[in-house]
Amino acid sequence: MYRYDEFDRRLVRERVAQFRDQTARYLAGELTDEEFLPLRLQNGLYIQRLAPMLRISVPYGVLSSEKLRKLAHIAREYDKGYVHFTTRQNIQLNWPELEEVPDILAELAEVDMHCIQTSGNCVRNITTDHLAGIAPDEVEDPRPWCELVRQWAALHPEFAFLPRKFKIALTGSPADRAVSLVNDIGLRLVRNEEGELGFAVYVGGGLGRTPMVGSLIRPFLPWPHLLTYLNSILRVYNRYGKRDNKWKARIKILVKAWGPETFAARVEEDFEHFRDGPLTLTEEEVARVRAFFTPPPYEAVDPAAAARELEERALADVAFQRWRRRNVLAHRVPGYAAVTVCLKRPGVPPGDVADWQLEAIADLADRFGFGEVRSTHEQNLLLPDVRQTDLWALWRELDRLGFASPTVGTLADIICCPGGDYCSLANAKSIPVAEAIQRRFEDLDYLYDLGDLRLNISGCMNACGHHHVGNIGILGVDKKGEEFYQVLLGGRADGQASLAAVLGPSFSREEVPEVVEKILEVYLERRFEGESFSDTFARIGIEPFKERVYG
Amino acid sequence: MARIIRGGEVVEDPWILVEESPPDPVAVPRPAMLPLSAWLSLPPEVRGQGDTAPWLASGEEFEEAVDALLQAPLIALHFPVFRDGRHFSTAFLLRKRYGYRGELRAVGHVIRDQLFYLTRCGFDSVQLREGMDPEAALASLADFSLVYQPAADDRAPLLRRRS
Repeated sequence: MYRYDEFDRRLVRERVAQFRDQTARYLAGELTDEEFLPLRLQNGLYIQRLAPMLRISVPYGVLSSEKLRKLAHIAREYDKGYVHFTTRQNIQLNWPELEEVPDILAELAEVDMHCIQTSGNCVRNITTDHLAGIAPDEVEDPRPWCELVRQWAALHPEFAFLPRKFKIALTGSPADRAVSLVNDIGLRLVRNEEGELGFAVYVGGGLGRTPMVGSLIRPFLPWPHLLTYLNSILRVYNRYGKRDNKWKARIKILVKAWGPETFAARVEEDFEHFRDGPLTLTEEEVARVRAFFTPPPYEAVDPAAAARELEERALADVAFQRWRRRNVLAHRVPGYAAVTVCLKRPGVPPGDVADWQLEAIADLADRFGFGEVRSTHEQNLLLPDVRQTDLWALWRELDRLGFASPTVGTLADIICCPGGDYCSLANAKSIPVAEAIQRRFEDLDYLYDLGDLRLNISGCMNACGHHHVGNIGILGVDKKGEEFYQVLLGGRADGQASLAAVLGPSFSREEVPEVVEKILEVYLERRFEGESFSDTFARIGIEPFKERVYG
Repeated sequence: MARIIRGGEVVEDPWILVEESPPDPVAVPRPAMLPLSAWLSLPPEVRGQGDTAPWLASGEEFEEAVDALLQAPLIALHFPVFRDGRHFSTAFLLRKRYGYRGELRAVGHVIRDQLFYLTRCGFDSVQLREGMDPEAALASLADFSLVYQPAADDRAPLLRRRS
């Protein structure tokens, strides 16, 4: 885990002091509303429907038990006792007071956390694979590279007033659990024929009003040039991205307008000039950052004995067996596993966690691991380093806390934005839709029969709930002041990211669960044995679904 | 005279910002900052006197005029609104790609909260928007004592300092 040194700490403290002064000058009338807006946004502060919202940065989704305890304290003292985990692996507080935000930032700084660039038209928090460093299928651990990109982007003087927000994702695995192709820049660690490490660089992906999958502009960028190349992409975007229309201002519009080849040529032209310049990464600097991510002191366990013990437990307890099958993930180190802390269950908005639960998870991270917790873009948490022999004890604890719903990756594991209950941008509520679907499809045998299935809900076209890359996507729309829901089918968020297609006219909120059921009927009737929803959809197309739903 | 920030202090400055292209650019009172096209239309010997300077609109293409720009004693970069950040890149390119050594000034809607980033991108003078006190703003030049990444200033980035 990256640990701040005195330099990192000093910068965060100075940022808190700067924002405290900015807030005071705003309240004194020295800064206009218009001027204060991007300053507060770049410190994570939105003004929402009912109260301000503060978004806290969780760089590439890595948290510690110490940080969770501080977050619990902040949720209790400054908010209503809970926090919300987002699809960008960040955390949101929904009820802070504007005047108290500088104090919250100071509290966060005590545990090396901040809200820098979690909003606004700047480079946002970088995201990655939640299994970084422990996935068996990894080319290379992405976390040191994420940290290098984080430092490059933090308080970057040239790119604080971009045309629009800018999101970067970096993954070390071909399975691309970071959904990098729907980011402004997607970086995939790859090796060339000589075995050298570098990045495949994709630009212009994104969801929102005009969803697009990123275009490959550099199949292999040698690692020393990573930051120089990112700088060149951002410079071309900063100069030429549209600024007169908010809805045309993302880099994807520029890449589409110019074509990826022309865009790439402009980047290469700038890059050639600055190649080997002061942003070049050195072996020493990379080694220094990598040293923060060396493996923790794993114990040697006998994997065969651990497996035998698990099998015995599983035979004795079917609930444990179900949980193990759905919520436990393979680990690179024999005898260890990664465990999803499932934040999805009916009656609780997806991604919401109470203060006392944060503290309980922190205790579990210390007891069943090395104090580390990850946030996932699917709005769950992950304990990355659990001994297989501890799985049963951990399951009992998670079950007691309500985090052991054995439904990770199923229809019940819904990704959902805060929607109209909180967000001032939303056209419609999303949380009640998620709950209605979860309640209708509670039967575990049915969920397991469906298998892996991603259902994503966004309350508006800004697509925080990633509805375009759900196998089933649901989008809240406004029709003459009434809330309706459009249904999309066939998106996928894996290594072959693709965008969902609209099924047809939208539905009322009450109709949505029924529509989902009809879609699932078609899938179950038409699939070949073992065929996933994505593959069935790719084979039979959207028409059979349309006929069933509208026929 | 305008009160601007330069070299870490507030100074009186004689340069006059001519916003629209004048009918006869030679005839304007000097020292004058003229729109780029008007400045380029001046006879070379007038430009050589050093009391005229170009100002660039945000997004204005300047690469074709770089040879002339490098001779200017001052280049002003105009911010139509503070959140239009294109000139952060213009300044960086003029300094680090084209090697401009004269004075680089930010004018228009510029706020004190941008001072640190402006100096990092190569600006050495700033005229803040009307109504913003430049004396009080000097404090913002020191908002941060460290930087992660290299830019157009000579601060040593942490990228090089730690390993």
